[in-house]
Amino acid sequence: MDDLLREFLTETSESLDVADVELVKFEQDPNNAQILNNIFRLVHTIKGTCGFIGLPRLASLAHAAETLMDRFREGRPVTTDAVGLVLSTIDRIKLLLQHVEETEGSEPEGEDRDLISLLEAMAEAVDAPAAPPPPAPPPQPAQTLERPLLPGELPLDELDRIFRETKVDPITPAPAAPAAPPKPAPAMPKADADATHAAAQAGEAHGVAAQSIRVHVGVLEQLMTMVSELVLTRNQLMEIARRHDEPEYKVSLQRLSNVTGELQEAVMRTRMQPIGNAWQKLPRIVRDLAQELGKQIELEQVGADTELDRQVLDQIKDPLTHMVRNSADHGLEMPEQRRAAGKSERGLIRLSAYHEGGHVIVEISDNGRGLDVARIKQKALENGLATEAELAKMPDSQVFRFIFHAGFSTAQKVTNVSGRGVGMDVVRSNLESIGGTVDVRSRQGEGSTFVIKIPLTLAIVPALIVRAAGERFALPQSAVEELVRVQAGSDHEITWLNNSPVLGLRDRLLPIVSLGALLGLSPERDGRDEALWERALIVVMKVGHQTFGVVVEAVSHTEEIVVKPMASALRQLPMVSGSTILGDGRVIMILDPAGLAQHAAARGGAAEEVSHHGAGRQSRASQKRSSLLLFRAGSRDLKAVPLGLVTRIEELEVARIERVNGYPVLQYRGALIPVLYANEEVQRVAAGTQPMLVFADGGRVMGLVVDEIVDIVEAELDMELSPSNMPEVLGAAVLSGQATEILDVAFYVQVAFGERFRHLVRSSERPRLLLVDESPFHRDLLAPMLNGNGYEVTACASGGEALARLGTEDGFDAIVSDVDLPDMDGFALAAAVRGDPRIREVPIIALATAQDRDALERGRAVGFTDCVAKFDRSGLIAALKEFTGRQGIAA
Amino acid sequence: MNAHTPLTHEAAPTAAHDVVQYVTVRIGPQLFGLPIALVHEVFVPEAITRVPLAPGEIAGVLNLRGRIVTMVAMRRLLSLPDAEGAPMAVGIEHHGEAFGLIIDEVGEVLSLDAARREANPANLDPRWAQVAAGVHRLSGDLMLILNVDLVLDRAGSAVARQDAGKRAEL
Repeated sequence: MDDLLREFLTETSESLDVADVELVKFEQDPNNAQILNNIFRLVHTIKGTCGFIGLPRLASLAHAAETLMDRFREGRPVTTDAVGLVLSTIDRIKLLLQHVEETEGSEPEGEDRDLISLLEAMAEAVDAPAAPPPPAPPPQPAQTLERPLLPGELPLDELDRIFRETKVDPITPAPAAPAAPPKPAPAMPKADADATHAAAQAGEAHGVAAQSIRVHVGVLEQLMTMVSELVLTRNQLMEIARRHDEPEYKVSLQRLSNVTGELQEAVMRTRMQPIGNAWQKLPRIVRDLAQELGKQIELEQVGADTELDRQVLDQIKDPLTHMVRNSADHGLEMPEQRRAAGKSERGLIRLSAYHEGGHVIVEISDNGRGLDVARIKQKALENGLATEAELAKMPDSQVFRFIFHAGFSTAQKVTNVSGRGVGMDVVRSNLESIGGTVDVRSRQGEGSTFVIKIPLTLAIVPALIVRAAGERFALPQSAVEELVRVQAGSDHEITWLNNSPVLGLRDRLLPIVSLGALLGLSPERDGRDEALWERALIVVMKVGHQTFGVVVEAVSHTEEIVVKPMASALRQLPMVSGSTILGDGRVIMILDPAGLAQHAAARGGAAEEVSHHGAGRQSRASQKRSSLLLFRAGSRDLKAVPLGLVTRIEELEVARIERVNGYPVLQYRGALIPVLYANEEVQRVAAGTQPMLVFADGGRVMGLVVDEIVDIVEAELDMELSPSNMPEVLGAAVLSGQATEILDVAFYVQVAFGERFRHLVRSSERPRLLLVDESPFHRDLLAPMLNGNGYEVTACASGGEALARLGTEDGFDAIVSDVDLPDMDGFALAAAVRGDPRIREVPIIALATAQDRDALERGRAVGFTDCVAKFDRSGLIAALKEFTGRQGIAA
Repeated sequence: MNAHTPLTHEAAPTAAHDVVQYVTVRIGPQLFGLPIALVHEVFVPEAITRVPLAPGEIAGVLNLRGRIVTMVAMRRLLSLPDAEGAPMAVGIEHHGEAFGLIIDEVGEVLSLDAARREANPANLDPRWAQVAAGVHRLSGDLMLILNVDLVLDRAGSAVARQDAGKRAEL
């Protein structure tokens, strides 16, 4: 590509961007002669240059547009249609230019007759009705007034002359040439008023232009690279100097160091550009949208001169555009709705930018309807992002953040502008990829504000140098929240949730991953390698709303590192965003926090859910999870009972314990209840209080004294039955990473009341079980235990309900039924099941009181597959193991 | 290039009529030749930093006088077992980026008649054929011509493949 062409392309693409903006302004303020002239000049320049370097297609298109523009300059009324037409012409020109750029100098095939004829027709159309005015306006003074507007520019009439000579205008009355240049009378006062202001502006602009030169980006990049090199060399020298004590050369080194620092800063400044450059296309976009949507939208820009690194600027252009489109489409209401809401019909989108710390804050706000909290909640519920209960507790600000989730669009209808459910999540990930964040504020009926926080530059970042798997890595400081050293017995302890380690940090549970394993450098499964985990050093990182910890071997120091891009062959690697050279000359990788977060989340399902707190746990929440009350009784080990069985947790005043027949009892809510200690080792406090769990079933209430209430957890019960030499222990499960004994509440109730509890049922089956028992207490007791043994349990309270379920639902592998049911007894139920051909083969296990031998015999006769004594836990499990999945034989 | 050149995809330097100069290197048992114009330097690779999750062919990166050089383990690329002794590296510039090919040893520079180059034997291991641009018969040895573009493209595409696989998993 020759230099002339390159220069032309650079210049025109800038001019066209300006033209877009100017035209939108012009449409709003058609009488502003200054704007009109600016546009005219742009189009004119394009036409002239294109003709010169041999791009006829562009030249003729620009010419047609120019003709129309000239009509406006002559004072013909400006219509929206006309502006639209000129805008589409500019779009076409851009398209052609793009092709020219790609092919290095040739125009695409084809022609633009369509647009040209439209432009010509428009020129004629605006001419016709305006025919009377031209004779009127010819007052001469305009001629002189026009000049001061354009200091240092080609005189306007000169331009006109060139223009006239280019093409003989067939419509304008032939001798109009002298009459044309003057401004029409009506426009004059305005132009006059604006004149000084505009001139001042123009002068300023020129002043700047004279002091700046155009430098190719490549040159700047090269400068930047060299300065980076210099900084690195300086760092190496400083390192050497630290080891050798030679004062005389330290002074010069210090000086070199300072100068290098200043040079680096200066070069960085050359990369800075006003954020307004990223906003340039927005007025046009908003204008087109407004037309398309039938809305009136005003775009306000504040702080367009706020500077940031051009690399960052490139990265935020798309997200910004998307958000502005969103505001225009979803945020702002239709004019009539606005009127009804008592607002001005004209909606406002306000862009503002300012510096804050080492960041640039950009806000995109609209005064539209605001986010619809109810709809977002509903959508979050539908998508399984949160449960109803969680949503109810959530502050609105947190609810709003759901809009940044993938596939989350609350748009009722899909427009071609937005509402396709891709968007805000992409915006978020784009911003996060450059270390930025996005948040939203909104008030119903008053509008929404999106707040973007982005780093000033990507070229030099403060980073924490850590070591993992024997290698050093740089973690961008912006994502590092804190460092935690885990020690056994300290507040920060790692616990295991089903092979996923989590860190309890103050009020949060964070998923943690081993950095070495995550990066595939150390063995995939560290398992519970005690050495690593017990005294682990954890870097807590926060990306967006996700907080997680990475386990590293060592943390060395924080350093301003110069980011070097990865070789193109390595650019697509996940979790690595670049490399840098440390003071000792060694290359290290810069890790990408967003990538780490993503992969850390993908690693341990359970841990990821924890990390999302309110926002994440939901999706997998199912009936398999049970709430459990954790406590200690006797030993340090945790014990648990299903929370559903606990009526209350009380602080027992030891002094109030009385004795009946030598057994401790307590007056509790007007009744006398038995009090048991969970086991022999539970402390018998002599005075004061001690925690007590209260269980109730029907009229029977009892208290169970323990040592300490620890927590309530929601967990998937993965329980194993314990050997039966400890009757009070139902089984063991791993909760919060600790082996926990699940205590058998029924056992205590039996002991407390000195008899077998009437309805105690224990049942389980392989995959799907129908549990029939009248007592909710027993259902609550058995369901978790059976779940824990790998059965899916459907519980119902009566024989009738059981039959109804068997009739409508398929796939029960076994029925576990109490023989004593309220409506029909277990024998009748069994008879009914055996009489139904569809379900006759389903095994039925009856639970009967052990002593009742007769009942057992009778049960077998009626069709029970087996009868198990109510409290024969191992017998029940054995029976279930035997019969489920082997119905044919069993029946 | 003359009419006998069997492959059109030869890397640049056949300008000097019929004679091409090759730097010979040994990778495992095999002698390879690299067009001399492509070889910037020969160095001993030290302090290579592993790149996490990079394909095996990428040995890592290192700092060579302030430039970050991506190191390609030629033995792995050619499915050969890792070497025992101290390796050498050949510095290459490819699309403005610096690469180092890790090889076993560097030999002499040979001037060979391009006309005497022969096509890859049909039964050459496909992994080798992908990066070889023909063969020269030397006295008592065969020298495969290493097509550096193809080597580096393959190292790069391994990343893309791997990445695509990762994405599919997620």
